[in-house]
Amino acid sequence: MLTIKNLHAAVEGTPILRGINLEVKPGEVHAIMGPNGSGKSTLASVLAGREEYEVTEGEVIFKGKDLLDLAPEDRAREGVFLAFQYPVEIPGVSSTNFLRTALNQVREYRGQEPLDAVKFLSLMKEKMKLVEIDQKLLSRSLNEGFSGGEKKRNEIFQMAMLEPTLSILDETDSGLDIDALRIVSNGVNKLKSADTATIVVTHYQRLLEYIVPDYVHVLYKGQIVKSGTKDLALELEAKGYDWIKEEVDAAV
Amino acid sequence: MSKDNQILEEFTSKEYEHGWSVNYEADEAPLGLNEEIIRWISAKKEEPQWLLDWRLKAFRAWEAMEEPEWANVTYPKVDFQKLRYYSAPKQTKKPKSLDEIDPELLAIYERLGISLNEQKRLQGIAVDAVLDSVSVATTFKGTLAKLGIVFCSFSEAVKEHPELVKKYLGSVVPMTDNYYAALNSAVFSDGSFCYIPKGVRCPMELSTYFRINAANTGQFERTLIVAEDESYVSYLEGCTAPQRDENQLHAAVVEIYAGAHAEVKYSTVQNWFPGDKDGKGGIYNFVTKRGICAGDHSKISWTQVETGSAVTWKYPSCILKGDNSIGEFYSVAVTNNMQQADTGTKMIHIGKNTKSRIVSKGISAGKSQNSYRGQVQVMKRASNARNFSQCDSLLMGDRCGAHTFPYIDIQNPSAKVEHEATTSKIGEDQIFYCNQRGISTEDAVALIVNGYAKEVLNQLPMEFAVEAQKLLALTLEGSVG
Repeated sequence: MLTIKNLHAAVEGTPILRGINLEVKPGEVHAIMGPNGSGKSTLASVLAGREEYEVTEGEVIFKGKDLLDLAPEDRAREGVFLAFQYPVEIPGVSSTNFLRTALNQVREYRGQEPLDAVKFLSLMKEKMKLVEIDQKLLSRSLNEGFSGGEKKRNEIFQMAMLEPTLSILDETDSGLDIDALRIVSNGVNKLKSADTATIVVTHYQRLLEYIVPDYVHVLYKGQIVKSGTKDLALELEAKGYDWIKEEVDAAV
Repeated sequence: MSKDNQILEEFTSKEYEHGWSVNYEADEAPLGLNEEIIRWISAKKEEPQWLLDWRLKAFRAWEAMEEPEWANVTYPKVDFQKLRYYSAPKQTKKPKSLDEIDPELLAIYERLGISLNEQKRLQGIAVDAVLDSVSVATTFKGTLAKLGIVFCSFSEAVKEHPELVKKYLGSVVPMTDNYYAALNSAVFSDGSFCYIPKGVRCPMELSTYFRINAANTGQFERTLIVAEDESYVSYLEGCTAPQRDENQLHAAVVEIYAGAHAEVKYSTVQNWFPGDKDGKGGIYNFVTKRGICAGDHSKISWTQVETGSAVTWKYPSCILKGDNSIGEFYSVAVTNNMQQADTGTKMIHIGKNTKSRIVSKGISAGKSQNSYRGQVQVMKRASNARNFSQCDSLLMGDRCGAHTFPYIDIQNPSAKVEHEATTSKIGEDQIFYCNQRGISTEDAVALIVNGYAKEVLNQLPMEFAVEAQKLLALTLEGSVG
């Protein structure tokens, strides 16, 4: 589904990603871990098409298409979804209105009829249960005055509505208490299928107890320096990142 | 090129949608302004002597006045002798009903998206359309007449209801109030008149559509709305003008009178031609709008969505004379390219327990300058007066300007006045967030701007709100980076 080859990216001339290689197949869950500043969030942003990040080398193929060639909105319409680490507030625009605009543009791209208000609302009702989100929250201005947990839950709700093929969760666990973490993870797990894949970017192993990964990759200095199964995450939890840093730095 | 700059580029290349004009035979006044011209206009309109005298008095006052320069706008001085002060579509005889009106005129309105026939049948809105200087048709008159409501062109009101016109004309905006009001008083050509008798709730929205067609024509409408005690009316006004290289002058006067327990809601969507991206052409919009809450517990509410005009100079105001009266001002002003807007409101608290609320949302793009100018005045007698003002500015790009000039003058210590102001930019973060959900940049900008202006748009009647939202989106169309 997704093939990343030798991906290099820079921000304002400073290289952040220095040759990422990754293969993600349908049905898989990949965890990207690593110390602060290793490039985890940059990878998520580059895949989503954030403009400040300049790709200097490499390629990304998504469902047979050159992902880097697509505008951010077309990547979304092709089925790439990024759950933001810091969801953005849009005053005066309700989540409902926002999502209806988004969903209908995605549908139009895919050659589907727009959903009318009735069908849209019934779809919303169905998906709301998945992430245990309250209707009241959805009629408020998007993310404005939401608690950290509400924002993250709303991200997963949007994911449920847009039904992406590749979901990238960027530190979705940050700022969540244990209950919110459980709710958010449950939502993600329910949305998993044999046709979709998930990339979980996280700093801590905690989230991976709920969203169990098939593969764990450690990112350090812009490269994947170690890959393994979920046991690798447990090892990192016990030992920290220093031993990996030492291994890598010694090899240089 | 950053995304902001790209948005800017596209934004500035956006063409004015209503830029076309129709060649119809016009009945015009000669160029220039003097007493003879005023007599000519008055005679053309078959006016009574008292109105001619009133015009001449205003003209003499105007001649002695200086053009004001305090507004935060710059433009080449208007040569008043090179303007034409009256231009009417030529008609062989006066129309008696909509069916008799020149189909070409009606076609203009169809192109504007306000088919009178359509509106008459479908929407239940009474429309008084003013093309250049003559009111083309007034729909729904019969229905309104049964309730004693008068809704007609100003000229017709002069003929049919001279006592009402004489009583209220100039009572809220005196002929010598300011330079442009005096000019309007001297040469006003037509406009709308609306009278709601005591205790009557007007069952439909009353709507006027203005359009400037002829070249070099100043459009000087005069609108007078009188709501007697315990009455209610919601009044809508929309404006467009064809695209021309020269600047056209628009100096209107709107007067609103609200008796005790009466309520008047006045909404405008203004889409005059703003000039091209280099600032060539466009409408000078120098308008005086004022309402008086004359009776106790009366209420006047102004809502405006301003997207057009090269230069705007406009302060819809409320004189809160009656005790417990309420004044409101809700405004969205968009400026782009070389547009300049200096707009805001005045709330003058005279009565006890009077309240006013000001919500102003400015949006600046291109190289435009957008100023909010507001005055809150609490007089000695106005105990327990309350005012809340909120002035927000939204900037697109880094070459435009937003300015806020709040004036507060308090003469009663019990007054409570609050002022809040914010300035923000459309963030790349917000646009990217929308993009990531599959929303195009163009639609993202429209969504964000409409969200920003929501508090004001919510004040508009339903049909108008939809039109205003479309207009905002249209103004921002082509802004994809």
